[in-house]
Amino acid sequence: MAAAALSMPEIENKAMNLGIDLSTIDFDNIVLPPGDDFGINSDDEDILHEEEAPEFETGYGNVIVVDNLPVVSPEKFAKLEGVIRKIYSQTGVIKEGGLWMPVNPDTNMTLGYCFIEFNTAQEAKEAKEKTDGYKLDKSHIFVVDMFDDIDRYMNVPDEWTPAEIKPYEAGDHLQHWLTDEKARDQFVIRAGTVTEIFWNDARQVRPDPVYQRQYWTDSFVQWSPLGTYLATVHRQGAAVWGGKSTFNRIHRFPHNQVKHIDFSPGERFLVTYSSQEPSNPRDTHRVVLNIFDLGTGKLMRDFRGSVDDFTTGGSGGLSGISWPIFKWGGGKEDKYFARIGKNAIYVYETETFILVDKKSYKVDNVVDFSWSPTDSILALFVPELGGGNQPARVSLVQMPGKVELRQKNLFSVSDCKMYWQSNGEYLAVKVDRYTKTKKSTYTGFELFRIKERDIPIEVLELDNKNDKIIAFAWEPKGHRFAVIHGDGPRPDVSFYSMKTGGITARVSKLTTLKAKQANALYWSPAGRFIVLAGLKGFNGQLEFYNVDDLETMATGEHFMCTDIEWDPTGRYVATAVTSVHEMENGFHIWSFNGKLLYRIPKDHFFQFQWRPRPPSLLSPEKEEEISRNLRKYSKKYEAEDQDVSLALSEQDRKKRRSLQEEWETWTARWKQYHEEERELRLQLRDGEASDDEGSQEQYEAKEVEAEEVLDVHEEIVD
Amino acid sequence: MRPILMKGHERPLTFLKYNREGDLLLSCAKDHTPTVWFADDGQRLGTYRGHNGAVWCCDVSHDSTRLVTGSADQSVKLWDVQTGTQLYSFNFNSPARSVDFSVGDKLVIITTDPFMGNPSTIQVKRIAEDPEDQTSDSVLTIKGPQGRINRAVWGPLNKTIISAGEDSIIRIWDSETGRLLKESDKESGHQKTISSLCMFTDKSHFLTGSADKSAKLWDTRSLTLLKTYQMDRPVNAVAISPLLDHVVIGGGQEAVNVTMTDRRAGKFEAKFYHKILQDEIGGVKGHFGPINALAFNPDGRSFSSGGEDGYVRLHHFDPDYFSIRM
Repeated sequence: MAAAALSMPEIENKAMNLGIDLSTIDFDNIVLPPGDDFGINSDDEDILHEEEAPEFETGYGNVIVVDNLPVVSPEKFAKLEGVIRKIYSQTGVIKEGGLWMPVNPDTNMTLGYCFIEFNTAQEAKEAKEKTDGYKLDKSHIFVVDMFDDIDRYMNVPDEWTPAEIKPYEAGDHLQHWLTDEKARDQFVIRAGTVTEIFWNDARQVRPDPVYQRQYWTDSFVQWSPLGTYLATVHRQGAAVWGGKSTFNRIHRFPHNQVKHIDFSPGERFLVTYSSQEPSNPRDTHRVVLNIFDLGTGKLMRDFRGSVDDFTTGGSGGLSGISWPIFKWGGGKEDKYFARIGKNAIYVYETETFILVDKKSYKVDNVVDFSWSPTDSILALFVPELGGGNQPARVSLVQMPGKVELRQKNLFSVSDCKMYWQSNGEYLAVKVDRYTKTKKSTYTGFELFRIKERDIPIEVLELDNKNDKIIAFAWEPKGHRFAVIHGDGPRPDVSFYSMKTGGITARVSKLTTLKAKQANALYWSPAGRFIVLAGLKGFNGQLEFYNVDDLETMATGEHFMCTDIEWDPTGRYVATAVTSVHEMENGFHIWSFNGKLLYRIPKDHFFQFQWRPRPPSLLSPEKEEEISRNLRKYSKKYEAEDQDVSLALSEQDRKKRRSLQEEWETWTARWKQYHEEERELRLQLRDGEASDDEGSQEQYEAKEVEAEEVLDVHEEIVD
Repeated sequence: MRPILMKGHERPLTFLKYNREGDLLLSCAKDHTPTVWFADDGQRLGTYRGHNGAVWCCDVSHDSTRLVTGSADQSVKLWDVQTGTQLYSFNFNSPARSVDFSVGDKLVIITTDPFMGNPSTIQVKRIAEDPEDQTSDSVLTIKGPQGRINRAVWGPLNKTIISAGEDSIIRIWDSETGRLLKESDKESGHQKTISSLCMFTDKSHFLTGSADKSAKLWDTRSLTLLKTYQMDRPVNAVAISPLLDHVVIGGGQEAVNVTMTDRRAGKFEAKFYHKILQDEIGGVKGHFGPINALAFNPDGRSFSSGGEDGYVRLHHFDPDYFSIRM
């Protein structure tokens, strides 16, 4: 950085002249006077300057040039001006004196173009978008440009110069955290203004700090889906960080006022989103979406438009977008992304960033869709139409080609929700149907077996059809799912399996747990274990349940708990109270079987997120082999565990001893003072012998009976 | 450990004090009548009537004959413990917050709140042998610290005065000249209002509790920070066990934030910590409002707590309390 101000030899020369030996100076300890940076920008200021730059450059961002106007004589000048003013005051507020139509001084005729200055750059942009190509009459079609653009095109050099090829720099080892010797996992927390990253060191029963930084992000942080990057969000855009030992900035993605970000599941792309309030309250919000390539940091495509274009039918509204707008499909290769529009689904491919088959996929009245997590299969939901004449429909569509693989018509449906199993083997559709009277609804499930021939569908209804479904969750990579259902304050939890009944597998119930204080389900990412959690109204009841053996391993409570997250390996569970409440903020770490390992209170706790891991490189066969010979492997780790716990208790003993010794030196000194001062104290008490501190002499509580004559009365007895 | 629930006050408790022998417990509350109780069975012995505002603090003389009380009615009153008669009233022009008898009971420290433009003060008054001769002249007046001074107590041999309050700094003053001798370090010290201060019996060290959710143990002579006890709630009251190496810390969510949520949410337990190891030993539940006052019996075998809920809870320790091993 310093090199920007002075080159190194210059510094050395200067130092020589001043008689300073540079090798004796500790540069890290030099503190500049506050407010003066001697022209050396820090890394962070850099961002500020760079991305805001275009606006500072000229300040003509709010000016447009309208070309192809009629050439008129001075008599008609006022009329033309009036027409232009009328056209452009529809799109924005023209500044006072902001309309200028130059006139040829020789002929007094206009030159066929004019400049319009708006109040804001945004209005100018909008005016350009709306009126470029506007037909005043047959021979006068407006050509509208930003004033800045003209400037820019003027400055393009006429000769092509070859791009400078930068020398290759070896990148940081972005997956270094996976090579941790103790195979620990990392997590990020955000509390107050500080963002911190820790190792979860369960053996030492405490978090081990990795990195921390104040004001790292303006709103939130987010790991990429495979854990390679940590994304931060700023006013000027998003940034991703990663690296071997500390977190270095890998890329910046400029996007003013970015609100949401989303990674593609294979970590190839980053989507950023912002919406801007319209200057005219009657207009809708303007939305900007950018898709960047994560590897290079390049902008691949941007989408702009009014918020209406990005929402479907009913739930328009001001900020009626549901994030993420783009859903990624095609498995880990990030082949496709799609968004829903009115009567159509727009599917783009990432090779070219244009629509598949160059057109949208028309589906009348489609309201919801989702991708299979592994294949290029879309599931669509179209609601009932025409008062029940046209049934609701769920269909599976293969991409590319838009081949409908399976379709199911459903009657008297009020709502549908789709749940994919993480391997894309099953799709569960939760269907809410009206009862005959149409006054209430009941719920059933349609279960699709995607990987089987012809995609068979099974219908599942709960034992008590009228139960409300509170939560539904597939076992990750598994064949089971859990449902919380019931109406009362203590709902039931049921487990079902898709793999029962021999060769032709059928769905069947494994068990129902009655009257649980639970309203959320958290499967372990490795399957088999599940946390039944009672958040919100249930005050944070936790039940750790083993679905293989159908037994409860442990119950716990994290009072007021708001968030629960399994670590990516399924070994630990984090429960957190984030600052939606004022009290109790912080997080607890539990083992998978429900043992509370440690708790960390943190005020103003905003976020807890485990760093995800990429999928295992072991083949399923190898994994099975390992789990069969688990005992062989576990011996080594058990020995290690024991060593650690021994060392810990030894450490603990030492610490306690030293604390105790330290205390004893203090008390010895105090005793000495106390003795020395005895005489003086006695004087202060006027020589009263009972020195002080009462505890030496015991008092005794004595019952004293006192009799008192109240009245004397004589009576003669017969 | 079954507590004795002492219902005598109509308003939140503010302060508790045992006499030297530990047979009497004196309680102050926001109602206007300090009360004296048998410390053994919690029977009410009597009240001291005369104040016209919340009573913030009290102290009892070495021989348990004199009681001094400081009140929001801008007076500090001197009482005969046995008869409950008022002997004298020091009047101020702002509420009195804390009182403390010196060794020998000849002097008393009184702190007054900042009020109507008057700054907070620490004042030392001489207590006459015979109440007839009592005057309201101050021996010493200290001004300076910003905000309320929540507690001021005598150091060893009445040579120093230790004060703490809203500006979260602990100060040691020379009790002769009123000169500031020491100030606690801003970095390592409390970060928010210090609500309470408890001196150990031999005055060698003291414990402070603060709204920054911690309690800290200090050396009285050097003002070195010895220990910090981290809590998860604002601390209103602290006490040091005279018998074992224990401290008890109480507090809770601020009264204004106590909502309709579960009782556990407020954290109204009195928490026991090991004084040396700083580890949590356990908690005593019961109050349904924040704990405002805590006191150990001088024999260390019982303690009492006073809460925002208006109750005093008197706890005699079970035998297994004395065999806790850390």
